[in-house]
Amino acid sequence: MDFTFTEDQLALRANVRSVFMKEVAPELLRELWETDTGRSAELWQLVTEQGLTALSVPEEYGGLGLADIDWVLMAQEVGYYGLTEPLIDTAWVGAALIAALPESAAAFKDVWLARIAHGEAKLAIGHPLNPLVENAHVADLLLLNHRDEVHAVPRGQVTLTAHASLDASRRLFAVEWTPSEATRLADAEVGRTLWADALNRSVLAVAAQLSGLVTRVLDLAIDYTAERKQFGKPIGSFQAVKHLLADVAVELEFAKPALLRAAVSLANGHSKTGLHVSHARLALADTATLAARHTMQVHGAMGYTWELDLQIFMKRIWALAAVWGDKAFHLQRVADHVLASDTVLDPSQTFAA
Amino acid sequence: MELDYTDKQRAFRAEIRAWLATHVPKQPLPSFDTEEGFKAHREWERTLFEGRWSMVTWPTELGGRGCDLIEWLIFEEEYWRAGAPLRVNQNGVFLLGPTIMDYGTEEQKQRFLPRIAAGDDIWAQGWSEPNAGSDMAAIRTKAIRDGDHYVINGQKTWSTRAVWADWLFGLFRTDPESSRHHGLSFVLVPLDTPGITVRPIRQLNGETGFAEVFFDDVRVPVENRLGDEGAGWSVAMATAGFERGLMLRSPARFQATAAALVRLYQANRAHADRDPAIRNAVLDAWLRAEAYALATYRTASRLIQGGEIGAEASTNKIFWSELDLKMHDAAQAILGAHGELVASVPREGAIGSWIDGFLFAQAGPIYAGTNEIQRNIIAERLLGMPR
Repeated sequence: MDFTFTEDQLALRANVRSVFMKEVAPELLRELWETDTGRSAELWQLVTEQGLTALSVPEEYGGLGLADIDWVLMAQEVGYYGLTEPLIDTAWVGAALIAALPESAAAFKDVWLARIAHGEAKLAIGHPLNPLVENAHVADLLLLNHRDEVHAVPRGQVTLTAHASLDASRRLFAVEWTPSEATRLADAEVGRTLWADALNRSVLAVAAQLSGLVTRVLDLAIDYTAERKQFGKPIGSFQAVKHLLADVAVELEFAKPALLRAAVSLANGHSKTGLHVSHARLALADTATLAARHTMQVHGAMGYTWELDLQIFMKRIWALAAVWGDKAFHLQRVADHVLASDTVLDPSQTFAA
Repeated sequence: MELDYTDKQRAFRAEIRAWLATHVPKQPLPSFDTEEGFKAHREWERTLFEGRWSMVTWPTELGGRGCDLIEWLIFEEEYWRAGAPLRVNQNGVFLLGPTIMDYGTEEQKQRFLPRIAAGDDIWAQGWSEPNAGSDMAAIRTKAIRDGDHYVINGQKTWSTRAVWADWLFGLFRTDPESSRHHGLSFVLVPLDTPGITVRPIRQLNGETGFAEVFFDDVRVPVENRLGDEGAGWSVAMATAGFERGLMLRSPARFQATAAALVRLYQANRAHADRDPAIRNAVLDAWLRAEAYALATYRTASRLIQGGEIGAEASTNKIFWSELDLKMHDAAQAILGAHGELVASVPREGAIGSWIDGFLFAQAGPIYAGTNEIQRNIIAERLLGMPR
């Protein structure tokens, strides 16, 4: 029983963190809001150079073969710094989906996993749970769900219609396309399992990003309330302010272990992965929306301004808290387990298969 | 990251499960805050001790099993799963015992630990005073040196288990000129010493789980002091430290309540589902109990690897106490007009009826340091906000 990360895992995180801190600054995110694609070739090159695109590509395809547990650490940093490149959909969820394709797609896997590992391909993922596809405009390939089948469609073969998000970093598109024998990589029977896995991995990625975002808005609020003085004192010395942030810290403390457990379950193919992932997602979405509310409150009217960087991360929270299944969807997955007549409920079951 | 038990841990679980299956009383014991119930619970402590289950984390030479924190969590899971009685010996086994092991002289260890282990001495806590609640450093009850004795004068209050307990441990001001955290000593006091008056305090449920303790020229030998004279504050902080805080309210207790809540909901679904918020509250409570267990395992695995105790004691306290309220609010919402009926809504396990649990849950955010104090600690020590 070990809930701790290895030194290698922590070293990788420290490295990525120091690069993101320098290169993914709020000023850059604001600049990218104003561009057509909202994406940066330099940032993509940076994540490639850091080895992140190769992280979970299997070693026989030129990748590092790391797993969901390492990615949870990375996705928290992606959340904390607000990175907007399609790294997670490409190198984590997309790469895992392609790697799990049946033998009939061997040639396809050879080509695309190598490209992903080398940072030469960006992916977008379309799933019925999300009405729109993020990053479709910069994707070389779209992995699309058609009645549980897995299809791979080059961007040239789809028609995109942009929809603006409250988070100007998120670029969302309605995708029109025509499924065909040529685009199909897996039939519905095989696809159901693949998509269930991709869904869990995407939900986990959302939860991990939310965890990073909570830490970010907390950090901003702690700094601000230490600097801002009223009544001759830093406002952070007042209990009413302290308690708003302490509330967030408590919720985060108990959401994070659920996130870690979900990652371990997903990586090991645990029979309750869906329950564990939905738990993490529910806990972190609640924590993150509370964090947005409370950190904005302690900023006073400044929290409502365009000027403060808080808005970048609050808006990401509000957007991510409802993607890859809303609260009702995930609560139902919990209910399907907890309320099932054959579920054993007692304190000895936490880690039971 | 490896979230599975070892074979040894599985075997340990099987062993305690088998023992509990044959030893847990078939009928729940009366509340240990009654005279009859206190006696019955003391007997149960002796039964546990005979099976070497009364203090599994204690060293084997003291009749324990030298368990680490993971085994302790397994023990607790099985204990609560079996619906075994509440621990009347909790103050001694989880709070004072480990403190004596750290701070006691060899003589004190020999004298006190075996009697704690066997349930021969049941201990009460003596921290709060009428003017020293959240501000515990405001303690005024004096223990003034007179030869080889301390003479204690003053008053303690909210002393848990003091009504029927044998001994009391607590903080007393041994230096009358001192203030705040200085000049305090940790002293062990037999409650049958002349000059002590114990006045039971009735709680919301009508029982007397705690008491006021008055000291009128109470003479206690100097060898009853634990740790150095004047160093009582740091001894007390160790007593309240995290590992023991973890043991005070282990997750299994709340998981057992959450499981009972799910069953209560399922049994009353036709009625309860008229309000969809009830289903969501039940699921949320179950997830939170699960989260508390995961967080505790995480902390335990960190401590086993030599990690430091952080502000988890405070985040834990807030989380479990608010969870307990949420669970009992949900239970009351399901029970509706039956919820107020004291005798008619029993539940499985050791905590009596749902209404007993509801009343007890009200105390959670208050005792062991109010949740407001915990939020201050979290803001200042975990988040680094200004004092």
